[in-house]
Amino acid sequence: MTAAITPTEQHGARAHSDGGWDAPSGRAPIQARSERFASVAHDDFPAVTGIESEWKLTPVATVRALIDGPLDGSPYEYAVDGDASLVEWIDRTDARIGSAGIAEERAAANAWSSFEKALAITIPAATEAEPHRELTIRRSDLGDAPRATHTVITAKANSNATVILQSTGSATLSENVEIVLEEGANLTVISVQEWASDALHLASHFATVGRDARLKHIVVSLSGAVVRVNPSVHLVGEGADGDLYGLYFADAGEHFEQRVYLHHVGPNTKGRVNYKGALQGDGARTVWVGDVLIGPDAVGTDSYEQNRNLMLTDGTRADSIPNLEIETGDILGAGHASATGRFDDEQLFYLQARGITETEARRLVVIGFLSEIVQKVGNPALEARLHAAIETELARSAAEPKGEPA
Amino acid sequence: MSVLEVKDLHVSVETEQGTKQILKGVDLSIQEGQIHAIMGPNGSGKSTLAYTIAGHPKYHVESGSVTLDGVEVLTMSVDERARAGLFLAMQYPVEIPGVRVADFLRTAKTALDGEAPALRPWIKEVRESMSALRMDKAFAERNVNEGFSGGEKKRHEILQLELLKPRFAILDETDSGLDVDALKIVAEGVNRAKAATGLGVMLITHYTRILRYIKPDFVHVFVDGRIAEEGGPELADRLEDEGYDRFLSDASVA
Ligand SMILES: Nc1ncnc2c1ncn2[C@@H]1O[C@H](COP(=O)(O)OP(=O)(O)OP(=O)(O)O)[C@@H](O)[C@H]1O
Ligand SMILES: [Mg+2]
Repeated sequence: MTAAITPTEQHGARAHSDGGWDAPSGRAPIQARSERFASVAHDDFPAVTGIESEWKLTPVATVRALIDGPLDGSPYEYAVDGDASLVEWIDRTDARIGSAGIAEERAAANAWSSFEKALAITIPAATEAEPHRELTIRRSDLGDAPRATHTVITAKANSNATVILQSTGSATLSENVEIVLEEGANLTVISVQEWASDALHLASHFATVGRDARLKHIVVSLSGAVVRVNPSVHLVGEGADGDLYGLYFADAGEHFEQRVYLHHVGPNTKGRVNYKGALQGDGARTVWVGDVLIGPDAVGTDSYEQNRNLMLTDGTRADSIPNLEIETGDILGAGHASATGRFDDEQLFYLQARGITETEARRLVVIGFLSEIVQKVGNPALEARLHAAIETELARSAAEPKGEPA
Repeated sequence: MSVLEVKDLHVSVETEQGTKQILKGVDLSIQEGQIHAIMGPNGSGKSTLAYTIAGHPKYHVESGSVTLDGVEVLTMSVDERARAGLFLAMQYPVEIPGVRVADFLRTAKTALDGEAPALRPWIKEVRESMSALRMDKAFAERNVNEGFSGGEKKRHEILQLELLKPRFAILDETDSGLDVDALKIVAEGVNRAKAATGLGVMLITHYTRILRYIKPDFVHVFVDGRIAEEGGPELADRLEDEGYDRFLSDASVA
């Protein structure tokens, strides 16, 4: 698999596929993660300086307003494709608030302290008439003023649904998204960030997955100035499944970050984390941190996480930091892999040797690289749209000078 | 009459120890419809010759020329060479994750012809070639070479040869790693392609077995970066009996 990408030492990127603790990232044991301070009150968190491990790879100065500033937490305009009766505004005092997790850092706590109403999406149990539900929540008009939002998605026992959160337009947004899967629920959540080029977006997703429930969580970040989406997923019930996927394509000047935390709590849980990213253009920047913690009761765990980045031009930087910590001896398997590299010249040669032009060959390789994640979406219309969006991103690179001679 | 001509070709690669000369003056002329077998010891430079003709960026041409009907090939990009009619069946075909075989084949065909093939006849042709090569049709939906066995990769190379219809094909150890039946199936594929298009073939191999199915017009012995001897099919049998000993000077024994 690593053969697909040539590992490189340049631009701070490195190949990594061992389970060692001696890797040069100055990483802390993530057990600290499960003991990390959490609070819904902004003031409970110390000021952010930018050297904290949680923030050191983020352009803190750019998102300062979201960390410290006042946020507008009033309800906003949204549109629903699908059954709109499943979506409603609820009060801060509603019991659903805080049911999946609470803020672990200051920007998330700032949003938590600021929202006035939360958007609740509740999926009822599947019926013969409605075996699968599909909802798309679109928000496109959040404006430039700093904002806070809060969303709670509740998948009732034995429900089956796909919920797409689609974001476009301008935004300066700090948000929390809670996702609760009751027993036997099957839920796909796809968060698509296609913001305006100046948008700032910090998001924390908290998920708790019940007995025999299955969460597929997909983060797609395609545009925005700073987009940081941190999913934190707890496989609590016995036999819970978590598939955490991500796809990002950072252009010049864009910073896309994802800090993924997958916590195996209950016995016989299965987790798969797979994030893939492409970077092109000066200053394109991505960060992926993947923490997997297999807790003391998580016997029979089956877990694997990986991140791969493809650097299409010079001047890009991808950080990729996997961490795996195991607190029980009795697991099925656990592993991780990470690689960051340039185009594989052998792949380009193979395609060109069949008459395919270099531009087209690059296009095929990038689309192929990212399509592994697109194929996980399971919604043909959205898959087609994501493919089109990736094509658009690539067309942009074809118009720019290449970073490397052929 | 098309002709592929290699003249006094010198090629080097950059290694950590510096520049290493690999090809030291190769001369070879292949006419349309001819089959030239190239045999020689490991490391003698056979793949280097194949890759250099195809335009792999790793190999540096020091001097010499490769022409196709008098037109210099060495100044062309890799894809231009393919569009000019050259095809290389690789010794180690690479995996291309996320690119389906069916899409790859159609993209290549479109690039070579300058227009997309008519859909129905194309699909039919792909199916027929796959079935002739005993490739399950599920391969069309798989990613290029991903998880293919060694033999499946080779069949996939010959599938491309049949569908893309080049004028000259270089087959770099296409027979290596094939079981007896697969060897026959693949050889039949090459013969079909030749019968259909009058293909010229440079067949790099270590074994005379494939030459029972693909009859060479000429056999070249490749040693230490150049052709040491040329002859007819009988030369292959001699090599099988005697080995390369009599061609190896002290200098070329690794
Ligand atoms: N990048 C490289 N660095 C060092 N040596 C190289 C490099 N590429 C090729 N060579 C050397 O060039 C020589 C010729 O290699 P080539 O692959 O052309 O041989 P071959 O005749 O095809 O061998 P085989 O029969 O084993 O396939 C070998 O000695 C090989 O080690
Ligand atoms: Mg070879």
